[in-house]
Amino acid sequence: MGKYWNEEIECMEPDKMRALQSERLVKQVRHVWDNVPYYRAKMEEKGVTPDDIKGIEDLHKLPFLSKADLRDAYPFGLLAKPLSECVRIHSTSGTTGKRVVAFYTQNDIDLWNDCTARAITAAGGTKEDVVQVAYGYGLFTGGAGLDGGSHKVGCLTLPMSSGNTERQIQFMEDLGATILCCTPSYAAYIGETVKKMGKSPDDLKLKAGIFGAEPWTEEMRQEIEKSLGIKAYDIYGLTETSGPGVAFECECQKGMHINEDNFIAEIIDPDTGEPLPDGTKGELVFTAITKEAFPLLRYRTRDICVLTRGKCACGRTLVKMAKPMGRSDDMLIIRGVNVFPSQIESVLLKLSNASPNYQIVVGRENNTDTFEIRVELTDEMWNDTIRSIEELERKIAQDMLSVLGIKAKIRLVEPNTIPRSEGKAKRVIDTRNLV
Amino acid sequence: MTVKQISIFAENRPGRISNITHLLAVNGINIRAMSVADTKDFGILRFIVNDADKAVAALKEGGCTVSVSNVLAIQIPDRPGGLAAAMQVLYDNNVSVEYMYSAFVSEKSAEAYLILRADSNEAAEQAFEGRYHLLSQEELLTK
Repeated sequence: MGKYWNEEIECMEPDKMRALQSERLVKQVRHVWDNVPYYRAKMEEKGVTPDDIKGIEDLHKLPFLSKADLRDAYPFGLLAKPLSECVRIHSTSGTTGKRVVAFYTQNDIDLWNDCTARAITAAGGTKEDVVQVAYGYGLFTGGAGLDGGSHKVGCLTLPMSSGNTERQIQFMEDLGATILCCTPSYAAYIGETVKKMGKSPDDLKLKAGIFGAEPWTEEMRQEIEKSLGIKAYDIYGLTETSGPGVAFECECQKGMHINEDNFIAEIIDPDTGEPLPDGTKGELVFTAITKEAFPLLRYRTRDICVLTRGKCACGRTLVKMAKPMGRSDDMLIIRGVNVFPSQIESVLLKLSNASPNYQIVVGRENNTDTFEIRVELTDEMWNDTIRSIEELERKIAQDMLSVLGIKAKIRLVEPNTIPRSEGKAKRVIDTRNLV
Repeated sequence: MTVKQISIFAENRPGRISNITHLLAVNGINIRAMSVADTKDFGILRFIVNDADKAVAALKEGGCTVSVSNVLAIQIPDRPGGLAAAMQVLYDNNVSVEYMYSAFVSEKSAEAYLILRADSNEAAEQAFEGRYHLLSQEELLTK
């Protein structure tokens, strides 16, 4: 096995790649037009028909899809294949309102596994390797995505899922895992636990890690590499487009190669929607050109980043995306889970007639995100007993957990203690410095 | 017969009690009884004052979370066993105390005064009837 999983694609001449993308795009637009009335209506509204899309140069004529569309069309409105052709769903965390359910045909799964196989190969993986998948398995795409790629490469796969860290390390040691796949914060935690257990990286056979699903910094990378004695590779993806593997890092560790044969990437101005030239910072937009069941065209990721073209030192010609530098909406990623302030607002709104003021405080301690929600206590929210306040705190914490999917520490504070600027409370304090 | 108590939610941070009592002071409000209940993150200050309405207005104006509730003010003999006997009466009548604290008394008096909130103030009142004197708001202020 060489250093590429699919050399022909990964090192394809740019003109050839564009031609391939064009051909696939034209076919995909027709497929969506014929099978997804929701998107067809959007095209009609813009006065575009499949005949107008003759190649990638016409991509900008197509309407955008956003998270709001996914919510409107939930659950089947964007499905382009009969359910009988679908074999799997995955879903993002979040409220029912914000939940995204993505469908996959067997072919979609195969293509997705192919993407993660490229990522594993780029991280030095071959069939001789033992891959420990410590991403969560289940609705989350992390576990299934890397698991599938690992099988495809032919690695011995340890489907550990996340959690039970000492057992993870025991398996890692006993079975000689060579590649670890999980969120970067969990990798950092595993690194600390190795040390706490009195072991060193020398006790492990790990050589590489593939880490994604949440933002992480260069400093964190160095820390993880040191604590586990590995080279750490970034991976990017989102449930809407399949999952991890939309883009992956090569040994140069300078940006992630986008699997352009499956996804056309664009950078747009988040305010005007106009496409921006390569090298300009803007919002990342993906068009899935090979997906059958859930083929999103011009899906706005809300991630702000930069695309760079040109042949990489690794030999790949696939366009590279920088680590996302922020969001064009107010979404937060906390412990790998997507959190919108509006979800928090909806929970609080149910507690009192007037939505109380609140503030989200996110930080990082020992490489794990801390998440506190401060809520200003209003007169009608309590009677004069401590029990009533503690019960309120407990209730808010429970409601938040069921809506957000992660635990938050609830702190009730006195009125007017959350700082306001120009009358508007500052909703989010994020001290993680991840950009 | 109950008296009005005002409760204030206060976060545990320096200067809160000072700030709240200052608000009462500048508004000419006299404190007749008080207690502080505390937890790790916050506390509740409870006051019986000479003018509850004025105090509530002043505290809200000052940005406090205030709640008003009715509590019993009971007069008990200031001697060993005085409190025990009163508590026995509540226990015998299946009344639970939610919280309780003592009111300010003069040294000359042979009586003590207790502020008490029960799970049912009515049941507590009935239990005390004929045995203990419950003070009215006005009475409490003149003691």
